[in-house]
Amino acid sequence: MVTEVQHSGSPRPAGPREGALAAVTARARELVPGPGVITDRAKLRTYECDGLAHYRVTPALVVIPEDAAQLAGVVRACAEHGVPYVARGSGTGLSGGALPHADGVLVVTSRMRAIREVRPEDQRAVVEPGVINLDVTRAATPHGYYYAPDPSSQQVCSIGGNVAENSGGAHCLKYGFTTNHVLGAELVTPQGELVEIGGAAPDAPGYDLLGAVVGSEGTLGVVTSSTVRLVRLPEEVRTILVGFESTDQAGAAVSAIIAAGVLPAAIEMMDALAIEAAEAAVHCNYPAGAGAVLVIELDGAAVEVAEEYAEVERLCREAGAFEQRLATDPVDRALIWKGRKSAFAAVGRISPDYIVQDGVIPRTALPEVLKAIADLSGTSGVRVANVFHAGDGNLHPLVLFDESVEGAAEAAEEVSGAILDLCIQHGGSITGEHGVGMDKAKYMPKMYAADDLDTMQLVRCAFDPDGISNPGKIFPTPRLCGEVPGRRKGVHPLQEAGLAEAF
Amino acid sequence: MSTLTGTAHDALSSACEDVREGRPDDAVDGVPVGLVARPGTTEQVAEVMRAAAAHRLTVVPRGRGTKLTWGLPPTSADVLVDLSAMDRVLDHAAGDLIVEAQAGTRLADLQEVVGQGGQRLVIDETVPGASVGGALASNASGPQRMLVGTARDLLIGITVVRADGVVAKAGGRVVKNVAGYDLGKLMIGSFGTLAVVTEALFRLHPVPEVRRWVSVPVADPARAHDLAQAVVHGQTVPGALEVDWPADGPGRLTVEYGGRPDGVEGRVGTARALLGGDASVSADEPDGWSSYPWRAGETGLKLTFVLSGLRDVLAAARDVGAAVRGSAGTGVVYAALGTPDDVPAALDRLRAVCARHRGSAVVVDAPAEVKRAVDVWGPVPGLDLMRRVKDQFDPEHRLAPGRFVGGI
Repeated sequence: MVTEVQHSGSPRPAGPREGALAAVTARARELVPGPGVITDRAKLRTYECDGLAHYRVTPALVVIPEDAAQLAGVVRACAEHGVPYVARGSGTGLSGGALPHADGVLVVTSRMRAIREVRPEDQRAVVEPGVINLDVTRAATPHGYYYAPDPSSQQVCSIGGNVAENSGGAHCLKYGFTTNHVLGAELVTPQGELVEIGGAAPDAPGYDLLGAVVGSEGTLGVVTSSTVRLVRLPEEVRTILVGFESTDQAGAAVSAIIAAGVLPAAIEMMDALAIEAAEAAVHCNYPAGAGAVLVIELDGAAVEVAEEYAEVERLCREAGAFEQRLATDPVDRALIWKGRKSAFAAVGRISPDYIVQDGVIPRTALPEVLKAIADLSGTSGVRVANVFHAGDGNLHPLVLFDESVEGAAEAAEEVSGAILDLCIQHGGSITGEHGVGMDKAKYMPKMYAADDLDTMQLVRCAFDPDGISNPGKIFPTPRLCGEVPGRRKGVHPLQEAGLAEAF
Repeated sequence: MSTLTGTAHDALSSACEDVREGRPDDAVDGVPVGLVARPGTTEQVAEVMRAAAAHRLTVVPRGRGTKLTWGLPPTSADVLVDLSAMDRVLDHAAGDLIVEAQAGTRLADLQEVVGQGGQRLVIDETVPGASVGGALASNASGPQRMLVGTARDLLIGITVVRADGVVAKAGGRVVKNVAGYDLGKLMIGSFGTLAVVTEALFRLHPVPEVRRWVSVPVADPARAHDLAQAVVHGQTVPGALEVDWPADGPGRLTVEYGGRPDGVEGRVGTARALLGGDASVSADEPDGWSSYPWRAGETGLKLTFVLSGLRDVLAAARDVGAAVRGSAGTGVVYAALGTPDDVPAALDRLRAVCARHRGSAVVVDAPAEVKRAVDVWGPVPGLDLMRRVKDQFDPEHRLAPGRFVGGI
């Protein structure tokens, strides 16, 4: 199920467009040393998709700058010639957020990999966008610190991509998302200017532009350096694997834990089908016959963790747990996490093809929504394995299908979309951590009213009035920024009469 | 008000039942107000904003009016949108740990509602009587910012009314949500210059079973610095680490712990060992906790810095005769200066020290003569982008004009 994405809009004459691209290419060659500028068609094709491989677009040009000045120069050339660009980190995104533009430049940050500063005395690190997420933690750990956001892909995904997508991870229940851990950034605006936003100290004066940029999926510019918060490594970590007969029991345990005022670092749930897949792939030896497992992690001061553990153990037992395993040393904890962290890929063992969905519901709606997903699966015959961050209601249903069976892909797409509808109906979100990207732009009008989307795009118009920074992502319909009037001289007669709005 | 025509008054009155002439006590930081509109719903706010737009009136939103002297005075305030009638907690979903409230709701009232479910919104009430909307607009924070951050880390959904009267929402009812731009963060600390916030959704946290405060006197900035570093690099997971240093007396560091009884007792024990023999433990908040160090008529500053700058910032504050109170654990402290004439030189000195430690010094509140004499907001990187954001949201510059950075 591969889609060659066509960019909408009226076809422009080839001549000027190619001329613009040639001008940007020439400028890129001046700025970036040889291998950092790619024009060869075969090589360009290796960049045709990100982690969501069923959308493919070959970019017109790939540039891999070595530093912020080169990157800003390339963006400036794009701005000058009206050429769209897309920034890409490690290309692990799951929403097509880094899908290239056929007439545009793909700016790859993989050579900007310096960790510029690690400052435990300030609890900060300063990192370039191509730095791998886990490498920040590796650099901080000798000082007793780590970088908290931990997306499942943390061994390969980049900080730049995390910033663009506001990546989460299993531990964001307690520690928050990328946006809570990035305090400052150097941003290349869509005009190619280098601007400092936020800062190393808290509460930089002025609008919280950084708050808007983090999670904007590359549509407001390219971050070339981030100042991130380092978090003290906890004194104690306890990971508990709990087996239940059903997801209802497991869900009840989650509710009881939250109601008791315990805030674990993570609460993850897998259902029977997801467990089956994980067993087949990594032999994680989860409790036999479990209809659901919870992976619960408690961390903090040892004395506090001990008390919380006693309570969690009791609440799980009362909810019907038939097996509980506690791990405190890193090796045993890693074994418990292995099954959970391999879950997406493991599904490949039980199904030739699958869609990884990402939706959010209020935690209390969990039993109802799981039942509705089971019903969807039952009536459609499409199998769905459920893996999710149960603590914050972030579902990752894995919708299984076999592409070689006619109509199967379409049926899976339909179920996958219906799950998002369920999330919206229950007051949730169409994405908790994978982003909107190309994939979910069409769902945005279901979650937000036209005025909401229009207002969000005011920000886009402020940063990128020409719409050249990652166009076509997030918003199904771009706002024409030129529509916004300046200060008017006279008042429209209808307005005067109170019959019309000002704009 | 002479600037307001009868037509404008009529238009506003038809938009909202509760409209009256501005009184002297409505003045916004000394700037007289033409009309006061007190809408009861988001839709009424929208009507008011549309009427104001049609007549091109300037608008200043007000929550409970506890911080109207913060920032710069507006250049004009034709209409004051008083949100005190929007004072309801709309929904407390305890199982989902969220609360939804109207902007005029007092923080204390909100805490009372969610407290019944054993929960709390971890935003300190730093000024008595403050509203949800005012706390957001001013980005006020107190000691507990060390625990889970500030409003930007807790706000998950927002409803605003734009300058043109359009109602827009962003975020939603779930904590984890990356769909669309995070407009809530743009609104936080924007001093009413982008839109009028009418409703907000927050993430809640459990109320700890017990809380304890461990306090120790500090003789000099170097000692305060070393102890603060010991606490933040320790593993006791404090909920707050505050410094309180009157201009004329010895300083004090206080660490707060919340949690389960045995856990807190253990952590307090560790903290006492870290802080030394002079440390004492209390089950009650110390005096001045979660409040600013300045009195009415004094100049209040907000000083930010990276943690390694604490020593220098405290020393500079001592030198200029400022009283200091704030979060030594996050690098956000407040300073009070008594004599207006001393402020310009003191501010320059503190601004230089904070800048050297990658932070800033902002005048939060001050007498008019001080605000006229100094650069209230100080240097702001990214100002050009901020102006562009303002121009998009409020192209006619009618919302709280002049209150914010760079004349925004």
